[in-house]
Amino acid sequence: MKDPTVPEQGTASRRFDAVAWLRRYGTSLFLCALIVFFALENSRFLSLRNVTNILTEVSIYGIIAVGMTFVILTAGVDLAVGSLLAFAGMSGAFVMKALGMDSPSGWIVALAAATAVGTLVGYLQGKAVTFFSVPPFIVTLGGMTVWRGATLILNDGSPISGFDASYRWWGTGSIAGIPVPIVLFGLIAAVGLVTERYTRYGRYVYAVGGNPEAARLNGLDVPAIITSVYVIIGALSGLAGFLLSARLGAAEAVGGIGYELRVIASVVIGGTSLAGGRGGIGGTIVGALLIGVLTNGLVIMHVSSYWQQVVIGLIIVAAVAFDTYAKSHR
Amino acid sequence: MNSAPNLLDVRGVCKQFPGVKALDGVDLQVRKGEIHALLGENGAGKSTLLKILSGALRADRGEAVLDGETLAPNETPRERQRAGLVTIYQEFNLLPFLSIAENLYLGREPVRRGFIDWATMYDDSRALLESLGLSADPRREVRHLSVAHQQMVEIGRAVAQKAKLIVMDEPTAALGRREVQILHAVIAELKTRGVSFIYVTHRLDEVKMACDSFTVLRDGRYVARGEVGSVETSDLVRLMVGRDVEFSKRARNARAGETVLAVNGVSRACDLSGRHAIALNDLSVEVKAGEILGFAGLVGAGRTELARIIFGADHCDRGVMYLNGSELRPLRSPKDAIRAGIALVPEDRKQQGCFLEQSISQNITLPSLKRIARWRIFVDEMQERQLVEKYRTALRIKMASSAVAVGTLSGGNQQKVLLARCMALQPKVLIVDEPTRGIDVGAKAEVHQLLCEMAQSGMALIVITSEMPEVLALSDRIAVFREGCISGVLDGREATENNLMELMAISSAAALKRSAAL
Repeated sequence: MKDPTVPEQGTASRRFDAVAWLRRYGTSLFLCALIVFFALENSRFLSLRNVTNILTEVSIYGIIAVGMTFVILTAGVDLAVGSLLAFAGMSGAFVMKALGMDSPSGWIVALAAATAVGTLVGYLQGKAVTFFSVPPFIVTLGGMTVWRGATLILNDGSPISGFDASYRWWGTGSIAGIPVPIVLFGLIAAVGLVTERYTRYGRYVYAVGGNPEAARLNGLDVPAIITSVYVIIGALSGLAGFLLSARLGAAEAVGGIGYELRVIASVVIGGTSLAGGRGGIGGTIVGALLIGVLTNGLVIMHVSSYWQQVVIGLIIVAAVAFDTYAKSHR
Repeated sequence: MNSAPNLLDVRGVCKQFPGVKALDGVDLQVRKGEIHALLGENGAGKSTLLKILSGALRADRGEAVLDGETLAPNETPRERQRAGLVTIYQEFNLLPFLSIAENLYLGREPVRRGFIDWATMYDDSRALLESLGLSADPRREVRHLSVAHQQMVEIGRAVAQKAKLIVMDEPTAALGRREVQILHAVIAELKTRGVSFIYVTHRLDEVKMACDSFTVLRDGRYVARGEVGSVETSDLVRLMVGRDVEFSKRARNARAGETVLAVNGVSRACDLSGRHAIALNDLSVEVKAGEILGFAGLVGAGRTELARIIFGADHCDRGVMYLNGSELRPLRSPKDAIRAGIALVPEDRKQQGCFLEQSISQNITLPSLKRIARWRIFVDEMQERQLVEKYRTALRIKMASSAVAVGTLSGGNQQKVLLARCMALQPKVLIVDEPTRGIDVGAKAEVHQLLCEMAQSGMALIVITSEMPEVLALSDRIAVFREGCISGVLDGREATENNLMELMAISSAAALKRSAAL
């Protein structure tokens, strides 16, 4: 029996290691295989319209998944993102309604309100985690029902619709032919990647997740860093709420139900460890695309939505099982 | 030698960890119905040997025979227990929220018609506890018991498992004097029933009191065995510390400069939650530029505790600190300490020091990133590479590339990475807690050399170590800790193992006071 706390020497053999290679590129490979499979099954799958559809769909939860990557890197989790998305979207729409739906630059106020609400809620949840030492799972499990309830209270359970064109542009318009949500997702993912790889903050997030006690002894303000990742994911959830309401033309109290699962699945399938300190946004993007492609492909193949859930669930477990297997056999 | 047959016969056990040979051909024989002391300094390989015996680790080579049966090397701890070899670790393996009876019979509950027979279990438990001289209600939850009583439950569990050999790792480390006597009485009673014990301890007076024979390990090798009756305590000390590779006393002229750090009257009451188990009483030390101040003492004497207070990682009730003559505002966190110019290499490399998954360069530069950041945000990779390269060369860290995860390095190289991290901060005061724990002899010498070079460069160093040869070899002055007090400060040139031992050892008066307080 090998002592698991004593890792192997760094100068291990350089020969090709199939398990390690698969661990690194397996998800991307699987994504490519899925695309080829669906394209062969149905020629419409790779049509411009369908691809745009998939990407727009992915963008909304992908934006949150970028934030979730940071949260999970600190060994936390946020279950409240779906509810917060609805609450922030509803708050924005509510402000819009109060201003009058045809107010020319009302979307600015709505966007600001949605993001601000998301940021504030994220801050509160982050503080609950750090100041009161409540496990993130519990804080955000509570948040999940609190913000859903708050959404229902805000407009008595009914949707708000009738936004003007400048508001709807954020969900349905395009920049240089690319739908706005996709552009935003691309921007946010890029900022996330740069933050993760090239900034002090990125290093600190990895350090706090990898070994919080060592991080503290290295002079990092661990509670502040943990709070900050919840602020980030809150702000991104708020933005996603605004985008979804703009895309659907309505802010609904049931908006974003089940998003937390899709978002967490994207991060986990992308190889970020729930134990913290390992993984990254690159993997998350692949994970989010994989879920988007799979959902869309199964729809195109007329697989019932019931079965879609079964398939996605199995893939999450399989991805993590493989990762664990690869880790123990290195 | 007694001619009773060996209950346990271990021959030629070897165990290699990456970078360290933890055990190198160790033998151990225990006769039936005897109490056998396993002795050795920290890092001598006692814990590794115990883990191999209990089945928690697998030996690379060697064999073990228990009561005529060869123990298969791949047995699990559970199988070893069934074979009659039960290990009681320092931190007990009890389930705090279950009752005494449930703990005693965990996994072997008496069953009637498929259900647990609670009446029998409680009756058996009561009888068992009484035979150990403990009258407690077996229905009580274990968490309500004192440490000593919890230990009795552990022993009771071993007896209930019909153990032939009970291995006890530092059984008296957390006991008062009176409780130690009770423990020894119970052990002696079990001995008459034919149970054998392996007794690991640092307290040599207990060996004389309670044990029949002994084996000494040193640097992972078997050194000697014998009968306790035929040796003096001083012989045991010599066997434990005498080593083939004596650390060479530093050949440098200590040109100690100005006092850099002065700590005055640091006190802290022990708190009942057990986070701070020992009280600190009026600790005062000072360390000068270019000097190595050694902190000697037994584990739990207050050395690490004072270091953590100096570093701002823990708080104290009273006390003041001066850095370069000016008073430090109370440090509320390591962040403040690092900013003030104090750095710490913590005692537990894996838990408190390394980010095992992160690369070597990330580990080295983490606390220094502020200095090499552009616009305070982006890490300047060019400067980072230079910084890593500078300290990699200075500390002679062996690595394939600085992008390799620290977890893949040997213990000695990990320690160097931590030293590099602290040096990159260019601190005025560097505190190193157990600089050579768990690293092999060659790497130890190198770390010693590095510490001396740092002192030479004008840094003020505090080195905490449990290894006497190390503290003697490195220190210009030695502050000796005993039971939360500083019992003396010795000049490095005058210090010997004897006068250190005298200051370190728990005096019987102090022990009496402690047991009265418990």
